[in-house]
Amino acid sequence: MKISISWLRSLCPTDISVDETISRLTMAGLEVDGMEPASTDFHGIVVGEILAVSPHPKADKLHVCNVDDGSQTVQIVCGAANVRVGLKVPLAKVGGQVASGVEIKQSEIRGIESNGMLCGADELGLSSEQTGLMELPEDVPAGTDFADTLGLPDTIIEVDLTPNRGDCLSVTGLARELSVLTETVFREVLILPVASETDTQVHVTLSAKSGCPSYVGRVIHGVDVSRPTPLWMSERLRRSGIRSIDAVVDITNYVMLELGQPMHAFDLLQLKGGIEVRFSRVGESIRLLDGKELILSDDVLVIADQERALALAGIMGGEFSGISEETTSVFLESAYFNPLTIAGKARRFGLHTDASARFERGVDWRLSEHACERATRLMLDICGGKPGPVVVTQDEESLPAVTEVILTERRISQQLRITLAPERVHNILSSLGFGVERIEKGYRCVVPSWRFDISIEQDLIEELARIYGYNNLPTSLPAQALSMASVPEAITRVSRLKSYLVDQGIQEAITYSFVDPAVQKILGDGHPGVSLANPIASNMSEMRRSLLPGLVEAVRYNVNRQASSIRLFETGQCFVECNGGLDQSERLGIALYGQSTALHFSGSRGIDFFDLKGFIDELSMMNGGVSLQWEPGAHPSMAPGQTACIRKGGLVLGVVGRLHPRLSRELDLPKPLYLADLALSSLTEGQVTAFKEISRYPRVNRDLAILVSEAVEWQAVLDVIIEVGDRRIGEVELFDIYRGPGVANGYKSLALSIKIQDLEATLEDVAVQVLVDEVVSRLQSRLGAELRS
Amino acid sequence: MEELQTIQNTAFDEIDKTTSLLSLDDVRVQYLGKKGVISAQMKTLGAMPADDRPVAGARINRVRDAVTIALDEKRKQLEAAVELSSLEREAIDVTAPGRKSHVAGLHPVTRTLNRLNRLFSSLGYEVATGPEIEDDWHNFEALNIPSHHPARAMHDTFYFQDGRVLRTHTSPVQIRTMMTQEPPIRILAPGRVYRCDHDLTHTPMFHQIEGLVVDRDISFADLKGTIVTFLNRFFEADLEVRFRPSYFPFTEPSAEVDVQCVMCKGAGCRVCSNTGWLEVMGCGMVHPKVFEHTGMDTSVFTGFAFGMGVERLAMLRYGVGDLRLFFENDLQFLNQFHG
Repeated sequence: MKISISWLRSLCPTDISVDETISRLTMAGLEVDGMEPASTDFHGIVVGEILAVSPHPKADKLHVCNVDDGSQTVQIVCGAANVRVGLKVPLAKVGGQVASGVEIKQSEIRGIESNGMLCGADELGLSSEQTGLMELPEDVPAGTDFADTLGLPDTIIEVDLTPNRGDCLSVTGLARELSVLTETVFREVLILPVASETDTQVHVTLSAKSGCPSYVGRVIHGVDVSRPTPLWMSERLRRSGIRSIDAVVDITNYVMLELGQPMHAFDLLQLKGGIEVRFSRVGESIRLLDGKELILSDDVLVIADQERALALAGIMGGEFSGISEETTSVFLESAYFNPLTIAGKARRFGLHTDASARFERGVDWRLSEHACERATRLMLDICGGKPGPVVVTQDEESLPAVTEVILTERRISQQLRITLAPERVHNILSSLGFGVERIEKGYRCVVPSWRFDISIEQDLIEELARIYGYNNLPTSLPAQALSMASVPEAITRVSRLKSYLVDQGIQEAITYSFVDPAVQKILGDGHPGVSLANPIASNMSEMRRSLLPGLVEAVRYNVNRQASSIRLFETGQCFVECNGGLDQSERLGIALYGQSTALHFSGSRGIDFFDLKGFIDELSMMNGGVSLQWEPGAHPSMAPGQTACIRKGGLVLGVVGRLHPRLSRELDLPKPLYLADLALSSLTEGQVTAFKEISRYPRVNRDLAILVSEAVEWQAVLDVIIEVGDRRIGEVELFDIYRGPGVANGYKSLALSIKIQDLEATLEDVAVQVLVDEVVSRLQSRLGAELRS
Repeated sequence: MEELQTIQNTAFDEIDKTTSLLSLDDVRVQYLGKKGVISAQMKTLGAMPADDRPVAGARINRVRDAVTIALDEKRKQLEAAVELSSLEREAIDVTAPGRKSHVAGLHPVTRTLNRLNRLFSSLGYEVATGPEIEDDWHNFEALNIPSHHPARAMHDTFYFQDGRVLRTHTSPVQIRTMMTQEPPIRILAPGRVYRCDHDLTHTPMFHQIEGLVVDRDISFADLKGTIVTFLNRFFEADLEVRFRPSYFPFTEPSAEVDVQCVMCKGAGCRVCSNTGWLEVMGCGMVHPKVFEHTGMDTSVFTGFAFGMGVERLAMLRYGVGDLRLFFENDLQFLNQFHG
């Protein structure tokens, strides 16, 4: 909300500076997040009175005016249409300066001397519209400094209120706060009842009592809508960012800004029968003041007459019943609408109005009548007319209850660690409008009707803290009993796994959790992800089922930026529907592309499957974790024959493989991309080391070359050797796979190295040979392997 | 006699002139070989009178020893020269690059979260996590944000058809923790959060970290002390911190925390919009309604909670000016947060 400092000071006459005012409000939770001067820099402008007007001899549209500047009469050439004798206008004297920065000089306009300039509001930076000369009140003497007339200079501040402080969406609310903060008197607007002069009234029926428990209406006959809004009012509205429309609308806006009560003025002649406040009917339509047509459901509170819905209660008026140039009789509405009824409705229709902002947060339910009197007074003063009686239609039971809250001394000292004298507590709360009664070791507080945010003791604690000043309150660290954290050694921390990957040159990425459904479709396992109902864009509309879509996009992003080696990983929740539930567990994704190692003069090579496999095996075996089972696998987005399914125990952990070359081409990735997508939790299962006796006897390495059919997997060879079950057999390594001359087509030669060691004795050559023979014979019988010579 | 001296001199000369191990061996054979010059001298001893033999033999032996030593020395010289020249051939450019695994880095968000974890774990906080697709109750209701609460408008929420939401903050983890743990509770809840907002300064996903302390007698003073200490430790500078009253439905009293601008030290700059202050987090005392929803006894326990945006902290810490960089995953950006 924008408000001018001068208006604020009219209710709270503090002499602290503008900067200090801003700081006090901000530090009390009423954040001022903007300030600007109320006018641009002009000077040398006085009030001038036009004494005579004659046509310019050489130009039809120009006039030659004699203007009283307070000390003398000057001749000025003027082109404005509304120039007329007797008008008081801003006069920029020779030597003065207007908003654009132009200095006014004595000049000749088409042969006629001109000694100054008569100004429009736009030329003084007071309006963005060109509406001819700015017409000043008749009672301002010529020669008066124009800035003084407007109460300039002035500063506009913008207060960004939190949703709980609807009570400060008015000058009155802010001034009340400022007066407490600065210990200055609070000068409330004096409002006296205006006696009725006619009996005309509009009957009001409350059909939705919880939505509208109180409706105050008043008829005013004989209103002259053509009367101009007085300058002081239009200036205050302007400084609050509200455009002047006509006097009646301006008055309702003014009262809203001044007191916080949104009001609405109907053209009485357009009302057919009495007013009914009710919920809308399904399919009912309404055309709003801004011309927009809405079709309503059954839960929107409307102000209706006997024929149709006239206005969206608390949000916006309708087109048919609004004030027009023909309006002569006005029906003023000043109501209390339940915040819960109004909340969310404006947003539903894409509206955000000053009224809805206030009603949603809560408008003082005791203010309606008061505000109606205030508006009546202003209306009579500005537009004339005869008021009818104030008609209050109310359902007492549906009105908010008066809230009482008990505040204890114990709570104050426990929460804030200060002791406040009872007078201080009383003083702070009562100046904020609370009724305060001292009780034993505490206070009984009656919450003012404008404070919708106070219902429990902690709310009062905050009020005290706010006014006392958060930064004046003491500071400590929580006293806590020492306790020792548990450190489960068998669990490998995710940060350890990440460190490993980082040390292998794999960079951590963070990609969005929602992905492009099209990308997920081609990179996924054939199942769609969970869709957002209101995505920000269609390519961010589906929750990821794996980390692959995000990582592949990240690889592409970097390939497009000429990166030659791209190694990325990400961990994070993925979202997979299964068995009617939703699995949101964390996964690990890895993407490797380009060089295996960075280019080096000693040689380098491209990434392949076994780089990725090595990283994953090491992750799995970190901290005593068990090794993974790799089996040939299939995945719609991966290359057949270069894809593995990984298991641990019986559980499938994920998939590792090369992106299908077809997809690589589609995605403009010229080199092979290797991908892994794994459940993270099983990689964190380690075990505490259980020491095994080490052998003191020498170890023997035996290398074998065996010939096997292409179909025989290394894992099968390994399994056979393990099956031998001799605990002297240690590590078995595959150090070469050979195909070519000397090896028949359909076969391959595997070179393996077996470490053999006995715990209790030095191995004899004979014993080693017996063991190796046993291995070879098993390989022969189980896999048809032949020993190569 | 003179002949022996001549032999020795000639041998020395020839050894001296030798330039390769191969020709040195020829010299050795020529003098010390079975048919060599010195062996021939030995054979002349037989023709000598027996009395002269020992003296003459000793002389020949001396010459033989001297030649042997000279040969050995020459051989060592030549071998050293050979090694030197082969080392010269093998010389490397020590300034050429070494083989590296090119250690990468953690994402700056993770890096920042890790630091936050370490800071708070030193105070006994433990990490807690929760699901990112949340139900309305955990994300809103239990946090005292009923369905028509104006505060819901502050959260531009992503919804699913079944009414569930992408969590808009990490606060649901507070609820989950309080429902399963007894005080004293000291947790830190890091994670991804989502808001339906995408522009220069907002990404639809970002990270928050939330702290919660519940115990007997926890006060607003404890909250202030924790936050001030944390901010000074995090930025490793003695910065002024100020607390402004604010509003969150799940805390009361609530505060917004400003820290003296880390860029200009409060003098005013572009980063702090010339205010000298940076808004970095929200906090407050746990609202009794939240305790009620989680079954916590409000007559015994009080608590505080705080929450902050991790990207915001990382931007301030590392001087990153554009939030969007965090999710583009451009290696030129990520690589700057090395190891």
